[in-house]
Amino acid sequence: MNDSTDGREPAGKDLPRVDRRTALRWMGAATAAIPVLEREALGAERSGTRRPRLPAGGYGPDPDLLRSYQPGDLWSLTLNDAQRRLVMVLCDLVMPADESSPSASSLGVHDFIDEWISSPYPGQVEDRRILLEGLAWIDVEAIRSEGEVFVSLPAEKQFKMCQALARRAKASSNTFPGSFFYRLRNLVAGAYYTTPEGMEDIGYRGNTPQDRWDGPPPEVLEKLNLPPQ
Amino acid sequence: MPIVSPKQLRERYDVIIVGSGAGGGQMAYTLTMEGLKVLVLEAGRVYDPVSETPMLQTWNQAPLRGVATPDKQYGFYDASIESGWELPGEPYTNASSEPSRQFRWWRQRMLGGRTNHWGRVSLRNGPYDFKTRSRQGIGFDWPMTYQDLAPWYDKAEMLVGIFGDQEGIENSPDSSPGVLLPPPKFRAGEILARERARPLGISVVPVHRAVLTQQQDAWRIPGRLHPGNPRAQRLLAENMRLRLKCLFATDCHRGCSIKAAFDSTSVYLAPALKTGDLDLLPQAMVHQVTLNAMGKASGVVFIDKQSGREHRARGRVVVIAGGSQESVRLLLNSQSNRFPDGLANSSGLVGKYLTDSVARRVSAQIPALENLPLHNEDGVVGQQAYMPWWLAGEQETLDFPGGYKALLVSGRKMPNLNIGRRFDQVSQADGIPFGRQLKEEARRYYGSFQSIGAQGAMAANDDCYCELDPVVKDRWGIPVLRFHWKWSEDELRQVSHQQRAMAEILEAMGGRFFKRPLAEQPEKAIRQGGTIIHEVGGAIMGAHPSKSVTNQWCQTWDVPNLIVGDGATFPGTADKNPTLTIMALAYRAADHLVDEMKKGNL
Ligand SMILES: Cc1cc2nc3c(=O)[nH]c(=O)nc-3n(C[C@H](O)[C@H](O)[C@H](O)COP(=O)(O)OP(=O)(O)OC[C@H]3O[C@@H](n4cnc5c(N)ncnc54)[C@H](O)[C@@H]3O)c2cc1C
Ligand code: SF4
Repeated sequence: MNDSTDGREPAGKDLPRVDRRTALRWMGAATAAIPVLEREALGAERSGTRRPRLPAGGYGPDPDLLRSYQPGDLWSLTLNDAQRRLVMVLCDLVMPADESSPSASSLGVHDFIDEWISSPYPGQVEDRRILLEGLAWIDVEAIRSEGEVFVSLPAEKQFKMCQALARRAKASSNTFPGSFFYRLRNLVAGAYYTTPEGMEDIGYRGNTPQDRWDGPPPEVLEKLNLPPQ
Repeated sequence: MPIVSPKQLRERYDVIIVGSGAGGGQMAYTLTMEGLKVLVLEAGRVYDPVSETPMLQTWNQAPLRGVATPDKQYGFYDASIESGWELPGEPYTNASSEPSRQFRWWRQRMLGGRTNHWGRVSLRNGPYDFKTRSRQGIGFDWPMTYQDLAPWYDKAEMLVGIFGDQEGIENSPDSSPGVLLPPPKFRAGEILARERARPLGISVVPVHRAVLTQQQDAWRIPGRLHPGNPRAQRLLAENMRLRLKCLFATDCHRGCSIKAAFDSTSVYLAPALKTGDLDLLPQAMVHQVTLNAMGKASGVVFIDKQSGREHRARGRVVVIAGGSQESVRLLLNSQSNRFPDGLANSSGLVGKYLTDSVARRVSAQIPALENLPLHNEDGVVGQQAYMPWWLAGEQETLDFPGGYKALLVSGRKMPNLNIGRRFDQVSQADGIPFGRQLKEEARRYYGSFQSIGAQGAMAANDDCYCELDPVVKDRWGIPVLRFHWKWSEDELRQVSHQQRAMAEILEAMGGRFFKRPLAEQPEKAIRQGGTIIHEVGGAIMGAHPSKSVTNQWCQTWDVPNLIVGDGATFPGTADKNPTLTIMALAYRAADHLVDEMKKGNL
């Protein structure tokens, strides 16, 4: 039941079930929302830069719910190699490996970020704009202050920059570049804790069929000073 | 073949039912078990919960981690397809541009309707809830008492399979002994809430939900539900044995492939199809009920969504159960010389008196629940505990009529994408938490959040109604509904009380609030009409033809062989969720219909 990759047709074949007008409307909204900064930043020649393709269409109102979907299955992805490397580094700053669990990038969270910002749906348009803008900004900022792109900085410097961004995000989650870090952190941590490894780490122990449910174990009741039930 | 195309329809059916949700499904079940030839027309496609439900899938297997999109408006894995607040090509309108005066309408176009993903909370209306006008001077009385409906509550509960306990709480009735299944054990936060709420005079008790905590008694129940009907007994027993008990894992909103959670398809339609007396026509959008020369309902006109062509079906009786407002729309669109303002609308009341639950949640973080030893808290994933309205006996001391109940939402639930920002307000970090610190804080605080969601009564009023939009039509050219909505002072005062009481309970649990409860700003707290998706009314039942649309058997006064089988007949909303009452009313109406048809009265 859990393993739902059941040899059906890969998605995408009959994908754009959304009518053309809707798709165009979404596309229009997406293009219009990308600020000048990002276009310029993306246009700047960096290794392997390609302009992001704006996808059309979603999975439609009646998708196959059993299949296991991978980023890129339903719509094409956005990030070029350099951006992808940068996102991987940022993912691991937000969710690093520690004694009990692996790092975000080892769980493919960066690919999820790419899937998310490449989404054809209006709900992700704003994130796309701000994240792409942020990726460009953070390199500009790294070069300005340290003379190197972000991924080339030593770990402590990267962490320091994130810390500064985290403070700005706390002060205002709507103001760039705090907004960039806020959204990135939300997505990375959310994507992390929705993987089996992340669920394990946070302490979720469910999603396992059981013959019976007996309520909390005695040690939980004890900790809460509640009598045995 | 039970699933038919427009070309395979019989010449004439005993009963035609529009809609396959809670109301339509129950009618189809009862009528086919009694041997009537029934046609169910359903606007959506055939959906099979057994083979289509994503049970153990985790969010990382879904596109965008399963968040809601315009295509799947309750999230990717939710058991709603072709459904939502907005449906392409099927608009509805609001008369006011003021958000607080607008109504939101969730529609579900699939076999089984909204029963595929509903929360399964199944509470009986209490004796007072049938007497709103007599007790409170507002709204309407139902044309029946609680005692009149109680036997059908028992029957519906035995058929559906509902867990719960006997509490003896005023106006929150118990079931007859042996009807309910055992309730699940409480989670840690639910036990804590029970202990801390008790000194406030508030009981936290097991909710009633349509989830099998054990298999139904297939030896005993069929005989009780179908005395003297061996075929029905056999078919029901067979179907009950196919339903397994809950796995204590997997969210019921996704549906339940083992049939432990109730949905209309698994529980009503599957055995009904086995009778051979049910024809099921999917993808059929009914837009008119036809009348014969005698003024009786003679059938329906529908659009086959696949071909776009119009067809007719004929029957001796027509039941409409498209989900309250859709049934209202169908009546209003069925105009004739005899009924120029819409079918069965001689009272002018079709579309009037819409109600919904009065609701808002309050949430807090509970330090006592931090850092608990790791354990599985799925239980019967979803609600397990609630607080029945505790002031039913002291209503006159309050500044609002009608009560509310409160549902607890707690526990170490499967994390979703939103969890990334969940810990910001409790974090010790000087910025937003990230890195090792976030990981540590997440382990500490995960599962320590508790919400309480109140849902309260609403008496019918003149400001909440719908009518046909004079201009806007759907993709098939069928006129659409235009809504009018206005919460009254009563509901606003109730919401204030809810916010205060929920905050008090959470405080008693040691809760820390990060969003101030909105007791002083009820107009901000209250959700838009329709948001709770408990909308009912629009063809209310009553004791007089001039003051209501149907009688207590859900027959329209004007056209006795036309029956309203969904919540449109509710003369008001109680502090209980509507669906169990929809099922009990449909069950009772169907039993009555069978009697009347046997007697030759219809
Ligand atoms: C997220 C959610 C949670 C809920 N939780 C609860 C809960 O815990 N407890 C509770 O009591 N209630 C709950 N409800 C409400 C509950 O789902 C409804 O009260 C119940 O399903 C109503 O049954 P119905 O038969 O009237 O309508 P529906 O279940 O909506 O079924 C109507 C069917 O008719 C079809 N139809 C409509 N118009 C036409 C037409 N013109 N021609 C042909 N077919 C048509 C529709 O496609 C649909 O399949 C919840 C609802 C939602 C959305
Ligand atoms: S919690 Fe139980 S009843 Fe609900 S879907 Fe899962 S197995 Fe079915």
